[in-house]
Amino acid sequence: MTAGTPEHADTKSIGEDITSSELLAIHSARALAGRRVVFAGHGLPTLATSLAQRTVAPEIEIVYESGVTGARPPDLPRTISDSVLVPGAASVIPMTHLFNYVLQGQRIDVGFLGAAQVDRYGSLNSTLIGEDWEHPDSRLPGSGGAIEAMAGAAEIFLVMRRHTPRTFVEELDFVTSPSPHRSAQSDVGVMPAGAGVTHVITDLGIMTRFAQDEELTLTAVHPGVDPAEVVRQTGWNLHVVPDIETTQPPTAEELALLRETLDPSRVYLR
Amino acid sequence: MDKTMSLSEAISTHLNDGDTVALEGFGHLVPVAAAHEIIRQQFSNLTLARMSCDVIVDQLLGANCLTGLIAAFVANSSAGSLYELRRRIEHSDPEPLWFDEYSHGGMVARYQAGASKLPFQPIASYRGSDLAQKNPRIRSVDDPFGGPPIYVVPALNPDLTVIHAQRADSAGNVQAWGMLGIQTEAAFAGRRLIVTVEEIVDESIIRSDPNRTIVPSHVVDAVVEVPRGAHPHAVQGYYDRDDAFSRDWSALARDAEAVKSWLQTNIHDTADHEEFLALLGADHFDHLGIRDAYSTPVNYGGRG
Repeated sequence: MTAGTPEHADTKSIGEDITSSELLAIHSARALAGRRVVFAGHGLPTLATSLAQRTVAPEIEIVYESGVTGARPPDLPRTISDSVLVPGAASVIPMTHLFNYVLQGQRIDVGFLGAAQVDRYGSLNSTLIGEDWEHPDSRLPGSGGAIEAMAGAAEIFLVMRRHTPRTFVEELDFVTSPSPHRSAQSDVGVMPAGAGVTHVITDLGIMTRFAQDEELTLTAVHPGVDPAEVVRQTGWNLHVVPDIETTQPPTAEELALLRETLDPSRVYLR
Repeated sequence: MDKTMSLSEAISTHLNDGDTVALEGFGHLVPVAAAHEIIRQQFSNLTLARMSCDVIVDQLLGANCLTGLIAAFVANSSAGSLYELRRRIEHSDPEPLWFDEYSHGGMVARYQAGASKLPFQPIASYRGSDLAQKNPRIRSVDDPFGGPPIYVVPALNPDLTVIHAQRADSAGNVQAWGMLGIQTEAAFAGRRLIVTVEEIVDESIIRSDPNRTIVPSHVVDAVVEVPRGAHPHAVQGYYDRDDAFSRDWSALARDAEAVKSWLQTNIHDTADHEEFLALLGADHFDHLGIRDAYSTPVNYGGRG
């Protein structure tokens, strides 16, 4: 610590060698502290859930869309349908059971997802970018099971690799997985069972919301990030809590687990 | 009754131009060899039902086999984009594609209704989703028991379903383990069913562990032994996923001409799956080996 406050010195040393994806995985894992039944989506949620199992949530029961529950993979699953998830798992159920009884049956505490775009109430787009639904500028993967995770899980956590006005938008190009706020505006179909998106972890900070008509609010920024910058990088008029916190930097233990044990070939830590 | 036959004979017997064909398997036990045989026999005007897409969707499109797709996830598993598919959806290049889009839960519900011979299946999701606006086949009905109107999806009854599994007996009692996807429902929903397997085994092996059977023989029209028939996907206990192959496909398929050339060399110019595998190289599967992990046998008992 040669200059500035100790906090400033820490921030600087962290910023030099921690990648954005490591930061996202670590804060995503921490958000799962004490959670029990977690549906892990593809990508960073898979890595974050595995990290949480080894740190803040040893009792976690990880559920994958492929039908695997209680996974304790000895090797890093490269996808949610990696056969390495099966040996040592508590169960492998058919996808009919997974979708009907586990997701639609409201057995999931937290669904952990990613998306291409999110709006202020936590509706998600993973379908397309562009104005014309029939001929979009970019066709994205689509729902997969995201619609059912949003509809059935008690809460959704969202991890977004890049916090920009193009990803945090006033209006989605396509509402794939609707927030409860959005669902309430329709009079057809069953209302979502849970609260929708309650936590969003980005490369700039953390946002939360809890009630149906509550907007995502910035509650924490990562060390060295100015809250005003997060507001500029958000496509709607983002509310910031007055007593905003700074996230605690990753620990040496978390970094070692990620880099040496969980993802040494950097499948997700790209 | 012996239902074993060659893959070539099974496909030519049970598939017709214009059919809806389901090829199911969720990143595991995917009937890839069967998809390649459909390309080899140059079927056309097919509609493919495939809940979660992968390389075979791009390959069937590139070979001009498909005019329609019923799916819920249209990327190359986790390996990137499917560019043949994106060219058709984004630019109608070279032709438009009829794309009947759902979520995974919607596809599960469609196969369930089809397997149960019900006209449709209610589903608790879709309220407020643009998917229900985009797809006119996602509809709502009044709840006769007094609840709000509920979304329903139509039954899916493919003309032909093809699934891949670890093993079956010659009558077609199919056993699989690991991730089971939507294969049982797709099998019962199909009007005809082909099962490809890593191994055809003696009936006594199947009957020693009847809970392992995911599809009973009365549903099955043809049983085909196709070792490594799911490559580049995994088969639990047999071989691992070939991620490099899938990633390389996404890179190659950016170029439509490269797809044509790949199909010519690897599918049209090979006689069968064995010749296709030979082109990968004799040592290709060396790095796709798995470590053994046997279950503890269970005691099915018997009257004492």
